[in-house]
Amino acid sequence: MGGSVRHIWALFKKDLLLEVRQQYTFYGVLLYIASTIFVLYLAMGQPEAAVWKGLFWMIELFICVNAVAKSFLQEGKGRLLYFYSIAGARDFIISKLFFNALLMLLMSMVSLLLFTIFLGDPLAHSLSFLLLSSLGGISLSLVFTFLAAIAARAQQSAALMAILGFPLIIPQLMLLNKASTIAFEDVLQSGLGSMIALVIGLDALIIALAVILFPFLWKD
Amino acid sequence: MLRQNWWKILCIILLIYTFVAGFLGPVPAKPILNETIRNYYFHIAMWFSMMIFFIISLVYSIKYLRSNNHIFDIYALEYVKIGIVFGVLGLATGSVWAGFTWGAFWSNDPKQLGAVIALLIYLAYLVLRNSMTDMDKRARIGAVYNIFAFAMLFPTIWIIPRMVESLHPGGQGNPAIHADGHIAMVFWPGALPGWTLLGVWITTLRIRLQLLAEQQHEHVL
Repeated sequence: MGGSVRHIWALFKKDLLLEVRQQYTFYGVLLYIASTIFVLYLAMGQPEAAVWKGLFWMIELFICVNAVAKSFLQEGKGRLLYFYSIAGARDFIISKLFFNALLMLLMSMVSLLLFTIFLGDPLAHSLSFLLLSSLGGISLSLVFTFLAAIAARAQQSAALMAILGFPLIIPQLMLLNKASTIAFEDVLQSGLGSMIALVIGLDALIIALAVILFPFLWKD
Repeated sequence: MLRQNWWKILCIILLIYTFVAGFLGPVPAKPILNETIRNYYFHIAMWFSMMIFFIISLVYSIKYLRSNNHIFDIYALEYVKIGIVFGVLGLATGSVWAGFTWGAFWSNDPKQLGAVIALLIYLAYLVLRNSMTDMDKRARIGAVYNIFAFAMLFPTIWIIPRMVESLHPGGQGNPAIHADGHIAMVFWPGALPGWTLLGVWITTLRIRLQLLAEQQHEHVL
């Protein structure tokens, strides 16, 4: 068990170091976020709350696809085999899940900041929306990390990931979108607690499934 | 057991019973619904059996991963296909029903949305399989996606519609149908097993066709 934690940490640190040294994903996605939101601003100005909320989750979805797609595609076949043999498939997927969750957490904050700068600030409760968007970012990253693994195994590009992921993510996006209504109005929303519990429960389910299913995916 | 004939005869008898008792039998007179309530034997049975087929497919995907037996993969694929067919039929029958009772064929009801999402996810399963040419890899990755998709989808389509308002019975705006009396007598012993058996029958035929095609292929080689 201790060895496993050490492996996960080593793999996680490797991803982090690569990111810090190359600074490719971070700035790449950052530029993507900034330009997308700027285009939205040019097209719509400052939209009303419902549109703002819908746009935010859609942009979050696209950011996630772009940020996470790289995580498996960047590794060459030989390198993957190497990681697989020294660390084991489970440690590998857990480290990827952690890294992508962290990356998406950061990206959610950035996009929220840029959204409020460019598209106006219809939020009545900024803090609760901050928490919800963090939770949402992490949930999206977990799903897409696993889908990126599938797409990488099918030797397809990010296009396949989008095809697989967009239908699969709709229930969660619907939940998040509905739950985030609370941040915009002073309404008493029924079932908020259970919606958030459902999102967290789904996250736990995804992690469990990823850990169970990933070894099958990488067996050759 | 599936090579035997008794369940095929049973399937036909049950479906004849469903049609005869469903169209001629007494139904409770409810406002708005009136005679359209007879759609209960078709629309709800379609959904029910769609879920049964997806669950069967899930079981075969798990079996495939545990055993690497190629036949289980064919089973899983064919049950997904029949599930999609029943899903489309359920959507069509529901849409017609909604057109006459809710006043619109489509009204963004949570259950309608859940149904469409389910179909999209399983269509993506077919796309994923077609994107690979290696048989082994296709089977394994397909099985993994099938399990993952099921676990992501079904909790949400079982839970979300219970949390939000829906036009479907149980929510507001529609006299709720409780399957009681004559309706229950036709639905539970007649329509549901009848339609499910019909789906299983179609699927077993398709599986046999697949296996024969493979045998022929090997023979040619």
